This record gives sequence, C-alpha cells and structure tokens, in this order.
Amino acid sequence: MSGVRVLVGTRKGAFVLTSDEGREKWDVRGPHFAGWEIYHVNGSPVDPSRLYASQTSGWFGQVIQRSDDGGTTWTPVGNQFGYEGAVGMHQWYDGTQRPWEFTRVWHLEPSLTDPDTVYAGIQDAALFRSVDAGQTWQELDGLRHHESGPAWQPGAGGMCLHTIVLDPTTPDRIFTAISAAGVFRSDDAGTSWRPINRGLHSQGIPDGDAEVGHCVHSLAMHPSRPNVLYMQKHWDVMRSDDAGETWREISGDLPTDFGFAIDVHAHEPDTVFVVPITSDSLHYPLDGQLRVYRSRTGGDEWEPLTKGLPQSDCYVNVLRDAMAVDSLDSCGVYFGTTGGQVYASSDAGESWAPIVRDLPAVLSVEVQTLP
Amino acid sequence: MSAAVRVVLPAHLRTLAKLSGDVHLDIDDDVTICTVLDALESSYPMLRGTIRDQVTGQRRAFVRFFACEQDLSHESLDAGLPAAVVTGAEPLLIVGAMAGG
Repeated sequence: MSGVRVLVGTRKGAFVLTSDEGREKWDVRGPHFAGWEIYHVNGSPVDPSRLYASQTSGWFGQVIQRSDDGGTTWTPVGNQFGYEGAVGMHQWYDGTQRPWEFTRVWHLEPSLTDPDTVYAGIQDAALFRSVDAGQTWQELDGLRHHESGPAWQPGAGGMCLHTIVLDPTTPDRIFTAISAAGVFRSDDAGTSWRPINRGLHSQGIPDGDAEVGHCVHSLAMHPSRPNVLYMQKHWDVMRSDDAGETWREISGDLPTDFGFAIDVHAHEPDTVFVVPITSDSLHYPLDGQLRVYRSRTGGDEWEPLTKGLPQSDCYVNVLRDAMAVDSLDSCGVYFGTTGGQVYASSDAGESWAPIVRDLPAVLSVEVQTLP
Repeated sequence: MSAAVRVVLPAHLRTLAKLSGDVHLDIDDDVTICTVLDALESSYPMLRGTIRDQVTGQRRAFVRFFACEQDLSHESLDAGLPAAVVTGAEPLLIVGAMAGG
C-alpha cells in the first residue's frame, strides 16, 4: 500500500506522521527525543526505512540519531564534528572577526545513491559527510576554507549551512546555501567550491552585489531539471536557469517577497510554492492571513492559495526547512508553522487541512513517498 | 583499590542513555571528575560530547558539577573528588544549568 510519511522536527521533539495515499487519516507518533530541539529529520531516497535526525540542546550539545525502521526505533550515532585544519575566522554581527565554533547540525541530506552516506550542514557554517551511516563525520573543508570565508557573517539564527541540494544527474555536483554568505557549488563531490551569487542584490551589506554576504534562506530544485534552481532569499524570490551561474528575480506580483520556505511541485517543474512573510522585522504572514503562493509559470506570476488556511489573526512563521512535497499522482504539499500546526494539501495546494494543530514550534518538515 | 561512585544525571541524559536511575561506576583510578566521566562515557558512549567537549575535554558551558553541597564546576577536572563521593556515600550530581523552556 503506498502512502506518505511526514517527518517533523520541532523545538521539543520529533514527530512521524503517516497516512495512506488518501492523505485524510493520519497516524501521529512522537515525540521522539522529547524536550530536545530537532532541527531536521530526513530519510534516504534509496532506503526509506533509513532516517537521520539532528537532536540538539543548548545544554547538552549535538546528538545524531539514526533509524533503520522508518522512525519506530532510533539509535544515537556519531556526534563529533571536528573542523579540519586551521579553524579560521569569520565575520561576527558587529563586523569583527571571530573563530569558527561548532554549535549544531541544521540539515541532514542523505545521498541519492547510498543509504550509508549522508551530508550534514552545520553552524558555524561547514559541510560534513558520513559514509558509515552516521558513525563518523568528516568535514569537506574546501568550502569553509574558501578565500571568502572571513567575509561570511551570521544571519539572525546564527551562521549556518542550512541547505544542501544534490544534483541527480551530475553526481559530483553539490549546492549549499549559507546564511549569510550565499550559495556555493562544488563540481568535484565537495572538494572545491565557488560562490554562485551573481544577480543577487541584498540590503544590509556594504556592497549589495557582493560575491558573498547574501542571506539566502532556502533553495529548491526539480530532479528532472537540475539546472533550474529556485531561491527564497531574505528578500526576493530568485531563479537560476544555469545551475546558479546567474540569478534573476521572479518575485513578480507577490504581495511581499520576504520569506523562508520554497519548494517545487513533484511533477511540474515550473510550479513553485512559497509562503510570503511580512518583512524581515515582522516574521508572520501579511495581514494575519496565512497564504501559500503558487506560480505555475516558474515565477513572476503568483496566485494565493487560502482554502483551509486561517485568513485572520494568524501570526505564525514558516521556517526555511518546514515545507516539502510528496510525489503521489496528485502532488501533496506540506508545511509546518511556529504555532505547531502541520498543514497538508493533497491537491497541489488547492485546499489545505491541518494534520496536527498543537505541536511545539515546527522547525522542519520532510516527506517520504512510500511504495 | 576500586571506588564505587554514584552519578546522578539530568533527565535528558538519563533518557538518552536509557537509564532509569542513578549510575554506579567502578573507578580503578584516582576519583576525579575526569576519571568519572571517562568511565561514564565508556559505559554509555551516547553521552560523549553531551557533558564535555570531545576534543578539549572541557565542561559544556551549561553543565554544572555538584557534590556534598559544593559547586565543583570550576575545580580542575583532575582534582580529587570528596571522600564521600569516592565511597559512594554521596553522589556526583551532573546538572543542567537552571533555566526554563
């Protein structure tokens, strides 16, 4: 029986939500790792039973958990993230230099081909890889040692590597995004990197067109068209048609182009979803109305999707890793809010219903489409 | 001579280590915070990195060590623990710094 498994990371634990392909009745399991911040839970596309979770605490540091049975049972695995070579310095909020320091794992991205290989994006920004199912971690330090490193600076959430996108047709190509540095691409499996931010314009940095310093919030790619990337930047929704070499703005008629999350329809590479947020100083929806916006034209032209979503007095946020899609015939779209709701649409955003309403603040949502 | 040291962990670390109560550790060396943590992490490897940094060995900033109504957090990790801890009469308390949330 096919179905979906929604992996939810929250401020106080992880939850696993499952349904059949109807996506009307849900089984809610959790909290796993109760009381800990779960920044991300993600599953292997090769082996859906293999999950990885980032469990973190200001008191007790970082734990990585692995499940081999789809989230029923979990085992702590390796949690040592040691920077390779010289630690180096980056820019602090006030412009002074400060050494890199490990804080937490923001994002776990399992390999597209090997369930034992998984990438981790961490704060302070660096990329790690495990090839033994999370037991040990090695830094791909060419990224952190890029000559622009001293100019990288933290966003409001810290200086984090929060997005990892693996190219399904060019196996050695990896995209990462760092707040606030920008997007970087490797074409040699993570050994060397270069910034790909041409076309981005940002306020709040001395040179708005600089090579690095941009607060990129998230990236999305459709696997059938990996040279096309969509980006939700701090302000601006952007698109690249050349694997990040150049970017152009596609905010078009959005009511505001500030936001965090962005994703692409599973079967329509030009159908994109964003959740506009009022502004950088008001992290909640415009006019208290929770609206997903959808473009069917690859950007520029957007339509609000509101059916089933609160249209008054709603002041939640939707964070960068908190939206995902399934790949059932009628594409499902899911997002979680800082108010603890996880909304699902089984008709590509036409209508929405909450799976759960009262979880802790949602940090991340991933979806597995089960065979 | 080995010592039987009793350690009380904060709730989150007891859960992580799948423990329901205090930990009893046999220490064949001088009884210090360092040797107690070595024995604790040897028996419960999932606790590595949660109490002290895995590279520097330094106490995590929001973790405190108490025993015999004394705050030992800022003592040398290699200093001997009180006799009552060494005999197991009193526990070493590993505590998450007081905060809500």
